[in-house]
Amino acid sequence: MAAEPLLSVRNLKTYFTQDEGTVRAVDGVSFDMAPGATLGIVGESGCGKSITARSIMRIVDRPGRIVEGAIHFQRPAGADGAGQMVDLAKLEPNGTLMRSIRGAEIALIFQEPMSSFSPVHTVGSQIIEAIRLHQPLGRQAARDRAIEMLRRVGVSSPGERVDQLSNQLSGGLRQRAMIAMALSCEPTLLIADEPTTALDVTTQTQILDLLRRLQQEDGMAIMLITHDLGVVAEMATDVAVMYLGRVVEQAPVDAIFHDPRHPYTRALLRSIPRIRSRTRERLTPIAGAVPHPYDRPTGCPFHPRCPEFMPGRCDREAPALRPVGAYHAVSCFLYE
Amino acid sequence: MADPGVALDPTSAPLPGPSAVVDPREPRIFVASQWQLMWWRFRRHKVAVASALVVIGFYLVVLGADFLAYADPNASEAQRSLMPPQRVYWFDEGRFSPHVYGVKGARDPQSFKRVYVADPERKISLRFFAEGFEYRLFGLIPTTRHLIGAEGGPGSAPAVFLLGTDVQGRDLWSRLMYGTRISLTIGLFGVTVSLVLGVVLGGLSGFYGGVADTIIQRIIEILRSIPTIPLWMGLAAALPRDWSVLQVYFAITIIISLLGWTELARVVRGRFLAMREEDFVVSARLVGCSQMRTIFVHMVPSFMSHIIAATTLALPAMIISETALSFLGLGLRPPAISWGVLLQQAQNVQTVAISPWLMLPAVPVIVAVMAFNFLGDGLRDAADPYGR
Amino acid sequence: MLAYIGRRALLAVFTVWAISVLSFAIIQLPPGDYVTSYIAQMASMGSVVTDEEAQNLRIQYGLGQPIYVQYFKWMRLVVQGNFGMSMEWRRPVTEVIGERLWLTVVVSVAALLLTWVLALPIGIYSAVRQYSVGDYLATFVGFIGLAVPNFLLALVLLYLGFVFFNAHIGGLFSPEFQDAPWSGARAWDLIKHLPIPAVILGLAGTAQQIRIMRANLLDELRKPYVVTARSKGLPEARVILRYPVRVALNPFASTIGYTLPYIVSGSIIVSLVLGLPTVGPLLLKALIAQDMFLAGTIVLLLGVMTVIGTLVSDILLVWVDPRIRLEET
Repeated sequence: MAAEPLLSVRNLKTYFTQDEGTVRAVDGVSFDMAPGATLGIVGESGCGKSITARSIMRIVDRPGRIVEGAIHFQRPAGADGAGQMVDLAKLEPNGTLMRSIRGAEIALIFQEPMSSFSPVHTVGSQIIEAIRLHQPLGRQAARDRAIEMLRRVGVSSPGERVDQLSNQLSGGLRQRAMIAMALSCEPTLLIADEPTTALDVTTQTQILDLLRRLQQEDGMAIMLITHDLGVVAEMATDVAVMYLGRVVEQAPVDAIFHDPRHPYTRALLRSIPRIRSRTRERLTPIAGAVPHPYDRPTGCPFHPRCPEFMPGRCDREAPALRPVGAYHAVSCFLYE
Repeated sequence: MADPGVALDPTSAPLPGPSAVVDPREPRIFVASQWQLMWWRFRRHKVAVASALVVIGFYLVVLGADFLAYADPNASEAQRSLMPPQRVYWFDEGRFSPHVYGVKGARDPQSFKRVYVADPERKISLRFFAEGFEYRLFGLIPTTRHLIGAEGGPGSAPAVFLLGTDVQGRDLWSRLMYGTRISLTIGLFGVTVSLVLGVVLGGLSGFYGGVADTIIQRIIEILRSIPTIPLWMGLAAALPRDWSVLQVYFAITIIISLLGWTELARVVRGRFLAMREEDFVVSARLVGCSQMRTIFVHMVPSFMSHIIAATTLALPAMIISETALSFLGLGLRPPAISWGVLLQQAQNVQTVAISPWLMLPAVPVIVAVMAFNFLGDGLRDAADPYGR
Repeated sequence: MLAYIGRRALLAVFTVWAISVLSFAIIQLPPGDYVTSYIAQMASMGSVVTDEEAQNLRIQYGLGQPIYVQYFKWMRLVVQGNFGMSMEWRRPVTEVIGERLWLTVVVSVAALLLTWVLALPIGIYSAVRQYSVGDYLATFVGFIGLAVPNFLLALVLLYLGFVFFNAHIGGLFSPEFQDAPWSGARAWDLIKHLPIPAVILGLAGTAQQIRIMRANLLDELRKPYVVTARSKGLPEARVILRYPVRVALNPFASTIGYTLPYIVSGSIIVSLVLGLPTVGPLLLKALIAQDMFLAGTIVLLLGVMTVIGTLVSDILLVWVDPRIRLEET
């Protein structure tokens, strides 16, 4: 990262404390994001990707809390706090400062277009609410802007759509409307949490193309959270691989696909069915299963399933994230 | 170092190294039956379990009402009218010897009310498993043993009044025991009738849909919009005065259930509607099961637990309805004894102000209703497959 | 939307018809012919009913003819406003009922309003601050409301008021306003006496509504659109009130409609205990005395009033939920 990173997460820990035990959903996550880049965060279900996103936005549900770590965010040059670096982890989640950042400077779109809009309010009123919350626009001006945003994201007849209820829109249109709402205040960082998982393949491509176009037009950074390696290959410039709440490998996208270092990354890539494989060839899943959140393994979280497990080392301590090349970092004792 | 190119068989032995601790209970979850799962989940709700114990306690009283009472509930004696509850002393000069003081009653010349003064000289000791009036245990075995009684046996006049007496001098504790029996069994019968009506009509409505559904739904809506108590009062008042206690009992039960089935029917219908579309039902039909078999073998077990919960929740309404009607004088009438009949004596505030113990029958009503509500809630949560 | 209201109105008409049949059944139930017992009662008080009068009454009520004819004749009279004579009071039924019906309406509506006003905020608080002290307290009070039958609650409160405060808390009017003609002062006196009956009547309904609101809101709070609202940067209070509460209000509003029959029902017995000059005590006396026209009319009017109230609440529901406006439920 030559330039000043837009977002710099350092050792973020978000724990959920319940009667049955403490779930360490995010257990020491660190990564950087450059302005205008696309960071893909990859991992299986339950590895903490979504919680990381929510932690950055400071909307983690109770009983979750950020117990440690820093989230340094470079605020855009603007009226107040021009170009300042602020630690989001230290802010009051509902305070004025965090709320003015949330929605305006960092925006979130996520997985379920079917229920992401309120069923009793029109789509337009929800977009207009976002606009008027962060920008000093009158009702008509805000409405015009909402219609303009809908047009930008490719919604047909935006003048009519703006007054419709969300259940009158198809899944793809709803996702577009979500994107319109998220971008209406021109954020510098867009967090997209599995934005295409619930869509069919054709719509998926359209949405991804849309995101790419908007990114080129606005120059915003995208944090793309997904479990689909194909989407990552297509969209990301950098990739961070997560397992059980930790980043196990982070590298530019080519390096991840052509030179994976961490055993987990390798196993993930190996498990993808190949188009050129012979018939009746066995698929190679990753051995074992993701452990129960209350029963985390000691030491490196991956060691029970790791083909390169080193007894006495991997089950004692957890390895730290160390650089192994240009912009390439791995958290594994094989490389220490 | 294992060769990364070799496929690792997921069914092979676990890899060396301390792996995640597996909960030893976990495999049992996979083979437990539906009822076991429900029981495990139910057990976790302490309040529901406590309520279940309370309910069991109530029904033990129903069975053993004769044994628990110590005085003939219908023995009236004007000399004993409106006696306050007697205090039980557990120790007599250091020894464990429960006793009460004898009571002398006299009519106050100014207010014309009977005033009772305890006489410490006369100690009447209490015995456990004492002899009292005759009754049949479980309706079969004639016996005279009761839980407690005053010394002196069945021949002498009753001398112990733990909860006081009513206007006619009848012992309240014994009447309360008998009243519990009637109040709780009316609830059971009433709920059974409602259950039958509700399951049949709700089932027809939900399973067949269409016209039957529309008609039954409209009927339910109409019934729900009508205020029930004026109707019950009207119907109950129409019962001929000369009917026997038993006839009145059953008539009241039917009157109350006629309006109470709507809630159960709604639950049953909802379950049927939800289940009709379920894949397992469709596959049962495709495999060739007849409609009867599909309903009774496949669908009914799925919602049995919900029905049980809804039925348990319907009981308190029955109890309150009977109590309310009898309280007004329109339900059960003396010589029948129920909580409502007992409370009838507490109708006006002047009487109650002087003899507040007449309000005591309200306590079992409240406790029973609360217990059934908590129990029903616990059962409903336990039956819900998507619960915690 | 009009179609929806139309359907509810049609259902209301059917319900009123069912109530009229049931009321008629109540009138008919006691054995004997009411004209005969009317004559007997008149005779016992020294008045004489001439044969001609008796014959007219017989024709008017269609006695001796099939039951459905009698029903139609009675309905015809009812629709004209003639509800018959009260045998016990020897006056037209309408006179005997007098203002009692309106007072029943006032008390019931007061209880209903109280239910709304209390249940909504408490339910919201309980859901948002789940498992907090306030939540447990609200749940506990709710259970009291559900477990203690309203007439017992009235009895206990009367007792406490009498013994500890030496106050008679029953009744809707102070003695001086009891039989006075209507005036602003009398209305104010009524309002001052309303809280206790309204609370007693509305407590069970409030408890139930709190549970429903809490359960609905808990379901809604888990949904994605709440996350969307929060991620826009809205203040938390607005996130909750504008989105999940709004959605949870719909089933809540629809259940309010069925609270009204319950409240009207309960007011009968509670009025007896508290000695309120509403329709309840009158109904009981009429039933015991077998004054059937009075009793049947009271049941009919109560039922009609309730149905109208339910219809009004259905219309309100439509106004609250735009989804019904666009499509049929």
